[in-house]
Amino acid sequence: MFRTLDQETGETLTVHVDGRPVAAIADESVAALLLRQAAPWCRTTPVSGALRAPYCMMGVCFDCLAVVDGVPSVQTCLTPVREGMRIERQQGRPDVTP
Amino acid sequence: MSRHVDLLIVGAGPAGMSAAIVAKRHGLRVLVVDEQPSPGGQIWRNIENLAGTPRAGLLGKAYGEGAAVVGRFRASGADYEPGTQLWHVEAGAGARAFLRRDGAASSVRAGCVLLATGAQERPAPFPGWTLPGVMTVGAAQIVLKSSGQIPSGPVWIAGCGPLPLLYAMQLLQAGGMVAGFLDTTPPGRSREVIAALPAALLGAPGDLLKGLSWIARLRRHVPYIRHVAAIEATGEGGLENIRYVTADGRDATVEARLLLVHEGLVPTIHPTLALGCRHVWNTDQDSFAPALDGWGETSEQNVFVAGDGAGIGGARAACLRGELAALRIAAKAGRLSEAEAEALALPVRSRLARALSPRRFLDRYYRPRPAVFIPPDQTIACRCEEVRVAAIREQIGASRPGPNQVKAFTRAGMGPCQGRQCGYTVAHVLAAAEGRSVPDVGLYRVRPPLKPVTLGELAALDTMDALS
Ligand code: FES
Repeated sequence: MFRTLDQETGETLTVHVDGRPVAAIADESVAALLLRQAAPWCRTTPVSGALRAPYCMMGVCFDCLAVVDGVPSVQTCLTPVREGMRIERQQGRPDVTP
Repeated sequence: MSRHVDLLIVGAGPAGMSAAIVAKRHGLRVLVVDEQPSPGGQIWRNIENLAGTPRAGLLGKAYGEGAAVVGRFRASGADYEPGTQLWHVEAGAGARAFLRRDGAASSVRAGCVLLATGAQERPAPFPGWTLPGVMTVGAAQIVLKSSGQIPSGPVWIAGCGPLPLLYAMQLLQAGGMVAGFLDTTPPGRSREVIAALPAALLGAPGDLLKGLSWIARLRRHVPYIRHVAAIEATGEGGLENIRYVTADGRDATVEARLLLVHEGLVPTIHPTLALGCRHVWNTDQDSFAPALDGWGETSEQNVFVAGDGAGIGGARAACLRGELAALRIAAKAGRLSEAEAEALALPVRSRLARALSPRRFLDRYYRPRPAVFIPPDQTIACRCEEVRVAAIREQIGASRPGPNQVKAFTRAGMGPCQGRQCGYTVAHVLAAAEGRSVPDVGLYRVRPPLKPVTLGELAALDTMDALS
């Protein structure tokens, strides 16, 4: 859905999205990284199972929740990527109630 | 262990940074906490990394102005903790705030607390607004500022206010594509608000002219549809089509992968609601704001608000409101006499009046269309719990329920966002159905925590400290 600007040549690092290695750009948020993927969504809802993607990018809507390094319901728009980070799209209500 | 400061500032945007600079100048111990990874707030997001780069150039002059303020803030000596959320705050003789950072909770005691938590985009529900592929304009602009990314295909932009125009211009300049612009400003506005124009022109002639030239440029480059009264997004698992209807009945459906929407801003009031501060209804801005004295102090002693959280006023006004609050706080702490604070405040107040002079015109010109407040029945009002407007309406009966009863029966407002997206919708639907006013109906009661906090994080909070 999104792409990086042509002139940007940020330092790249590797993270894992649902187990697959993905090139990330230093300092970008996990939500921004997900918006660049072929499947630009981050979770399914607990109520109807509908797909959701980041909506506000500023910590208000909580639609960008995903499992980051094993921690469920992380607000990915507030979370910068880190080398080796494991990101999983969150399915429904997380097992561990936050 | 609990720390102690003279002033805790929540938010490192224009207001928070300006307050910190002034408070440090008068010798206060200041701690600034902020959710974002770097200072600047939403308006000047990531400015430290971008100042002087081509990206800062395309974001414009108002963005570039942030670099100087951030520089002064960094040099001020205020303690600054990024990536930190406020999840609970109590007021009294002194304030006490509970924070979380890097998976650990902590608490801070402060003589005064300044909430400079800014604004959020006004929730603007319409059928299909929860689909992947529908985002806010502000969100897309944040992605541009903080991550250097733009939509990969042609994007539809729908909304009302200066931000959609500004983002459309930035996007075109960055090499992006705008498929079309749906201007949702209702017809007849120029006539209605003409009386407020002279004050605006006197205060900020450049800004208004800039806005007009953007519209002209945009209309030359992309389909520009005026007076859009209703929008609907549809698709399987993601946006595929947008249907829009104009005020004069034109009904069209277009293919789309990304739709960006924006219907103005509303102050962030969850912290002041939780503190029990008195709030007032701002008719021009269709939103609540905390009731403040001339310095920004709320009805709760030692709790101050500055910036867009005090009422939408923009970055310049936010800086000045931050300075005023800091002067009063310094006086309260005995670092300034009342007379000295008054004298220092005088020029700040006159600059603030000037910065706010276009507000009345902007607020009235860009007042959202009615469907923003009361969307069609099939619209999801509460994104978290997927509660539709129809389900809220079903609750209305002889008992005339308030927002808290509706919450208990429908779960609207019970999800992790805690009513930040559906609070106003519920209030408007109830008010219209019950023949009451929105300020009379009010919003949900806000309970701690303000942001979800885990047991693991709480464990890090020193037990003795929590009990003391
Ligand atoms: S996208 Fe809204 S909270 Fe992250």
